[in-house]
Amino acid sequence: MPHYEPWSEERARTVIGEFAHLEGPLMPMLHAVQETFGHVPDAVVPMLAEMLNVSRAEVHGVVTFYHDFRHEPAGQHVLKLCRAEACQAAGGDALAAHAEHRLGCKLGETTADGRVTVEPIYCLGLCATAPSAMLDGRIVARLNERRLDALIAEAQS
Amino acid sequence: MSIRLFVPKDACAIACGADEVVAAIEAAALRRGQAVEIVRTGSRGMLWLEPLVEVETPAGRIGYGPVEEGDVEGLFEAGLLQGGDHGLRIGKPEEHPFMARQTRLTFARCGIIDPASYKDYVAHGGYKGLERALQLGPAEIIEEVKKSGLRGRGGAGFPTAIKWKTVADAQADRKYIVCNADEGDSGTFADRMIMEGDPFQLIEGMTIAGIAVGATKGFVYTRSEYPHAIWAMEKAIEIARAHGMLGMNIGGSQHSFDMEVRMGAGAYVCGEETALLDSLEGGRGTVRAKPPLPAHKGLFQKPTVINNVLSLVAVPHILADGAQKYMDFGMGRSRGTMPIQIAGNVKFGGLFETAFGITLGELVNDIGGGTASGRPVKAAQVGGPLGAYVPTWQFDLPFDYEAFAAKDALIGHGGIVVFDEAADMVKMARFAMEFCSVESCGKCTPCRIGSTRGVEVIDRIASGEKVEQNLVVLKDLCQTMKLGSLCALGGFTPYPVLSALTHFPEEFGDTPRRLEAAE
Ligand SMILES: Cc1cc2nc3c(=O)[nH]c(=O)nc-3n(C[C@H](O)[C@H](O)[C@H](O)COP(=O)(O)O)c2cc1C
Ligand code: SF4
Ligand code: FES
Ligand code: FES
Repeated sequence: MPHYEPWSEERARTVIGEFAHLEGPLMPMLHAVQETFGHVPDAVVPMLAEMLNVSRAEVHGVVTFYHDFRHEPAGQHVLKLCRAEACQAAGGDALAAHAEHRLGCKLGETTADGRVTVEPIYCLGLCATAPSAMLDGRIVARLNERRLDALIAEAQS
Repeated sequence: MSIRLFVPKDACAIACGADEVVAAIEAAALRRGQAVEIVRTGSRGMLWLEPLVEVETPAGRIGYGPVEEGDVEGLFEAGLLQGGDHGLRIGKPEEHPFMARQTRLTFARCGIIDPASYKDYVAHGGYKGLERALQLGPAEIIEEVKKSGLRGRGGAGFPTAIKWKTVADAQADRKYIVCNADEGDSGTFADRMIMEGDPFQLIEGMTIAGIAVGATKGFVYTRSEYPHAIWAMEKAIEIARAHGMLGMNIGGSQHSFDMEVRMGAGAYVCGEETALLDSLEGGRGTVRAKPPLPAHKGLFQKPTVINNVLSLVAVPHILADGAQKYMDFGMGRSRGTMPIQIAGNVKFGGLFETAFGITLGELVNDIGGGTASGRPVKAAQVGGPLGAYVPTWQFDLPFDYEAFAAKDALIGHGGIVVFDEAADMVKMARFAMEFCSVESCGKCTPCRIGSTRGVEVIDRIASGEKVEQNLVVLKDLCQTMKLGSLCALGGFTPYPVLSALTHFPEEFGDTPRRLEAAE
């Protein structure tokens, strides 16, 4: 399970500061913030704006543009199911429906107990051994109902 | 004496259990008091055989696959370490028909060498291209690339040398080489395999590009979905620096070049070159209007070469072996080799590098072995989410930019996704529109709004509502998207939609005759 730190302005400054020397540092900074806190809290937007000498609106615009950046923390585990064409061709639709049924929530949602967030992802580059999934950063190929159930059980435990 | 084994650490192999297999091999060897050395390689590209375990024997490397954790004990009992017989034994991997039929240039080392070994890279012909590039100098490097006929492998097929020449001729205090490793197309994984299996080759290609145009800084922009590729690339960059092959005075020359890896954040449109540049700069990934070309005003407004991974890794070969040799492969205006990726519902999926000209049917049926499900093939989508669905009756189409274009199809990044009879073409057409609406950068109305309308219209058609009128609306909409979009996301989404409609009209509740009447 990924471990995230509670929000701390001081910590955020340190994390962001590590990338200050880069050319075009905003994306690496946002990734680092999300890796540290599990999401991109509103409070970092003015910090980044000040540090990079751009408007808050600009930073906000960047954060909201990218699918990866979360505004709210995710569930304890994140299960991503590939929904792109190669995985669809290999039976991905039925697996996605199965996961939604087992978890009692739709793709893009978190289970009521906050344990599992299940999301679509568009291609993991494992298309020759489709369907594919990712559980908290661990990649799994040749997904079938049995393997998916094992992943779900792991995420729920 | 310790016996050497090879197990890929390619993401596909790992996703199929390679790490668990390695642990099981180590445990089984330990129990027997047998010393083994396990080298983690890239993948050979026979992905249905992953994890593919190879053992070094006096007769050469012998492969076994697909190996599961539970197979390891049995393999040891069958004499795995001596290359013994077993149901999973495939013999020498390079003699496997899937490999023997290929022409491997850019993938020649992939799966064979340790991607984190500089020594391996050099021992297998690495840095020969750079060596010659340093002898030739900038103008002649570009001339050589021009003679080779190399066209960009990212999708558009634009001649690489023309781009390089423009950047070389531009006057600026700083220039950049940007490698487009955003590989967002479903059915593609060649860039990933190179970064994980032969990363020095990309470093060498980018370094040569830097010398050719006078750029001293490079970026590899790749996807957050590719963590293994990022690790492998970053490690190789560090090693290259330690060997003086990145940084100041490369290989003792007067040229300097260094590079960094940057990660996207789940936006397909950031594979489009100008959106990618905006993202690198720290902005929203919106497409820029051209002109100015990136070659004039690219990253941070400086002259920038932006090329796909596969274009850049072809360069060391062109330099090392000469343009003519590269040029001799291929057909028409499509020269050299193309790493083709066979995926989806297919029996033998993997990476197949070959000269242009091979037909789609050969790739899907002979090499790919047809569907994994065993049901008949229905169609193949070639070129990612913006590529057309090609029906089986057009499988005689040769892999060639112009031949595909003539059939309203595209090669794109060389990905083939195979579908069996069960595929619902209306659903696939809807998905194309939906993907476009989710991934649109929002700059033009036909793409942003048109794709949402497209989903709604297809939903109406699917529910049988005024099918004939709605088909007219859908075709109009596609026409508007084709003509009124700034980039190929909005401009090419009509290809999968219209190809599904043209080749499988009955699934849209239309007969071919009525479809003609509507046109
Ligand atoms: C929506 C969209 C996505 C693209 N994705 C990629 C990609 O993932 N990788 C890539 O190399 N080119 C991609 N391209 C093509 C690039 O814009 C550009 O043509 C390419 O990077 C040029 O490199 P090349 O000349 O070496 O092919 C994409 C284009 C569009 C319109
Ligand atoms: S076609 Fe779509 S993705 Fe491309 S520039 Fe227009 S809105 Fe952006
Ligand atoms: S389409 Fe699912 S991994 Fe590529
Ligand atoms: S978004 Fe381009 S015209 Fe309105």
